[in-house]
Amino acid sequence: MATTTSIAVTVNGTERSAQVEPRMLLVHFLRDELGLTGPHIGCDTSHCGACTILLNGVPIKSCTMFAVQADGQSITTVEGLTRNGDLHPVQDAFKEDHGLQCGYCTPGMMLAGAALLASNSDPSETEIRMAISGNLCRCTGYQNIVKAIQRASRAMAGNGAPERGKTEGGEA
Amino acid sequence: MITGQELGGLGCSVKRKEDARFIRGQGKYVDDVQLPNMTYLHLVRSPFAHARIERIDTSAALEIPGVLAVITGEDLAKANLSWMPTLSHDQQMVLATGKVLFQGQEVAAVVGETRFAAADGAAAVRVDYEELPVLIDPHQALEPEAPILREDREEQTNHIFHWESGDREATDRIFSEADVTISQDMLYQRCHPAPIECCACVADWDATNEKMTIWMTSQAPHAHRTVFALVAGLPEHKIRIISPDVGGGFGNKVPVYPGYVCAAVASLTLGRPVKWTEDRTGNLSSTGFARDYHMRADLAATKEGEIRALRVKTLADHGAFNAAAQPSKFPAGLYNICTGSYDLENAFVEVDGVYTNKAPGGIAYRCSFRVTEAAYLIERAVDVLADELGMDAAELRRKNFIQPDQFPYETSLGWTYDSGDYEAALDRALEIVGYEDLLREQEEKRARGEIMGIGISSFTEIVGAGPGKTFDILGLEMFDSCEVRVHPTGKVLARIGVQTQGQGHETTFAQILAEELGIPVADITVEHGDTDTAPYGLGTYASRSTPVAGAATAIAARKIRDKAKKIAAHVMEVAEEDVEWKDYAFRVKGAPDRSVSMADVAFAAYTNTPQGVEAGLEAVNYYDPPNLTFPFGTYVCVVDVDKGTGEWKVRRFVAVDDCGTVINPMIVEGQIHGGLTEGFAISAMQLIDFDENGSIIGSNFMEYLLPTAVETPTWETDQTVTPSPHHPIGAKGVGESPCVGSPAAFVNAVVDALSPFGVRHIDMPITSYKVWKALREAGVAD
Repeated sequence: MATTTSIAVTVNGTERSAQVEPRMLLVHFLRDELGLTGPHIGCDTSHCGACTILLNGVPIKSCTMFAVQADGQSITTVEGLTRNGDLHPVQDAFKEDHGLQCGYCTPGMMLAGAALLASNSDPSETEIRMAISGNLCRCTGYQNIVKAIQRASRAMAGNGAPERGKTEGGEA
Repeated sequence: MITGQELGGLGCSVKRKEDARFIRGQGKYVDDVQLPNMTYLHLVRSPFAHARIERIDTSAALEIPGVLAVITGEDLAKANLSWMPTLSHDQQMVLATGKVLFQGQEVAAVVGETRFAAADGAAAVRVDYEELPVLIDPHQALEPEAPILREDREEQTNHIFHWESGDREATDRIFSEADVTISQDMLYQRCHPAPIECCACVADWDATNEKMTIWMTSQAPHAHRTVFALVAGLPEHKIRIISPDVGGGFGNKVPVYPGYVCAAVASLTLGRPVKWTEDRTGNLSSTGFARDYHMRADLAATKEGEIRALRVKTLADHGAFNAAAQPSKFPAGLYNICTGSYDLENAFVEVDGVYTNKAPGGIAYRCSFRVTEAAYLIERAVDVLADELGMDAAELRRKNFIQPDQFPYETSLGWTYDSGDYEAALDRALEIVGYEDLLREQEEKRARGEIMGIGISSFTEIVGAGPGKTFDILGLEMFDSCEVRVHPTGKVLARIGVQTQGQGHETTFAQILAEELGIPVADITVEHGDTDTAPYGLGTYASRSTPVAGAATAIAARKIRDKAKKIAAHVMEVAEEDVEWKDYAFRVKGAPDRSVSMADVAFAAYTNTPQGVEAGLEAVNYYDPPNLTFPFGTYVCVVDVDKGTGEWKVRRFVAVDDCGTVINPMIVEGQIHGGLTEGFAISAMQLIDFDENGSIIGSNFMEYLLPTAVETPTWETDQTVTPSPHHPIGAKGVGESPCVGSPAAFVNAVVDALSPFGVRHIDMPITSYKVWKALREAGVAD
């Protein structure tokens, strides 16, 4: 067995430490070690985005980062989008606008959307499409995903929730 | 009085029940299954497309810490499991013995304590190969000098089957006397469904209870259970297949793959759970590909544009094993639906299947058994004819449509279409897109040297197999099922024989029940995918869930209603014949205010049963459809072409679909968006290709391109509604129509754009480079 390294990561607001093999991918750490199965694995080459998480608020592909590289950093997975039982506006909107079908790309897609809204509260359709272009979906054709992110944007503007979006996208 | 809207019945855009877990990241997919003491399996794959295996040395692998076992084809052969039957009267190697026949073929399986140990072990398995001549071009497969690929078969030829349909002589006669004929070669390229979730399983052998549980990415869990029972010799009641949430299927998850069998064998051997998760390269290079039909379409017509006959000759590349997922009596699936929406005098179709050194498959990728190839062929050929005749493509279609009063319509190739109004869908699509204005705009642009194209596709689909006597998978008749239980408090648990991969069954099947039982959708749970609990069914593919299991659901609910009516009469103290089901309640005829709800009756069914009536309120139905259903529609695509780069962009895409009765408009629209996007992907970028050594080009998402949100056009959808006369609720199925109907619309649009330069056809995927090359040859590229 390879030697292990100890890491400490803040995941969805909770400090987690673990001994990991240096070659363990972050996505495997989250899924297998922490039991957070929201990030999915779809391609191994950073193309599909099913494994998208937020690292210090920025969407990254957790299949293309080693767990050890996340040491000392802050991670938000889809499980961290819901706060005290309240859904993030993006989550509500995905359901409302039928922005998902099989659900496999959905966690990554919602995180990409939430991160966009955290930095740009009123994005254009083109900006939305660009922001989710690292996330592949085979079911929806993206149209309802775009609609859902637009709805979430309106909802966050309407109820002063952009701050919450920022929180989700930023320090978890 | 409760309304259908309040219930969430037919026609309501009910929000999906399944979304609650998906939006929280709580979907449970196979790779999310974690069992105590679980081990991991990694496959060793062949780097060569055709090679003899001289030696497999597993000793170094076994020395790696954490490696528990290495399984080879020779090991499997001892248990008679080194080969398994395919769905198409052929057999396929589970792990290679003797030689490998395609790059990426499974050669050995390594089981480790961790996924790392298994992968390390797989890298340490040493296989010595002697390379053999490679056969990639299907046209060469039948030439005398071609290497014979399959040593296991009695017939030493690369020819798999010849299949034909229709009257060759009568068709040839029409061609010999026709005013006008056209002939067009076209390739429906090899592509792959590539759901974002790859295939996976967790096999868990419980030695105490002698029971095998397999969590599996399966579109057909019951059929897979039976296959496991027949192949592995395990008693069927001791096998439980659970297909949990599935991350997209599109036909990819219909076959049984070697990884599943290896995991089951490993679990039996080790007595521990074994997880196998495929990586993307494994998925794209070894699991079921689609299409690879090399087609020639001939049309005969009068000079006025009356299409008289269709003649089709096709070479089908099936790869190394014939693992096409087709009903067993249909080696080319439902390809002879290729007369499409048109009233022809005659037609003749022939297909020859051949082996090559490529992955096996021929699965129905978002398609009802080769209907996609058929729809593309006829819709492309009609455009070629329009070009030949100098006729407007819409007018040519209109002139030849089967008319509404001709239904049920018997095609010259033997299908009986249930219902249709093709002109209505065409008219609607042309109206929405503003066809006349577009034609004018195109004329003006052409005069200015700008390039735009308009493409039409007026497709007819064939979905919803059975009937069981005609359609079977490995002998299993293609019925489907639903079991309904109404609890004493009027809440419902229903289980269905089909299995969702994102289509929303948990919602739409609840809506069928809500409509039939007068019980709100919120009070109905629909379960599926677990063979220990769900009634037997053939699974979800070929758009058969709604046509077959949807019908079973309605019929099961009506059985409940029949029994409930007796109880209602008892509760209301009237004769049964004085009771009617109206406005979602049992009412006394002539006194509709005297009523009881289904929930009231359910309570009575457990607390106050009439004499002679069995307690409880349950029903099951196994539905064998009397015919298939025939959804249709017209799609219109408008493209603009950049003269400098050859890039073509979809400016408008209008899709008018008719799938009969609509259960949930929101979900139907979502299905159409998704299917159009896959159709766009196929026409623009999806290609599994091979170099001369048989090395796959397209084994990852760097080479096998899928559209992102940036490339994907915006879809405009609309509908006409022509119910199926034979389906209990008139529904026809919709999941595949957009993927079946749209490729021809895209290609027709691009070819129309280039037609002033003499271009009559371009094979898919239509890349910018192909367009640019055509423009350059015509001397018009910037």
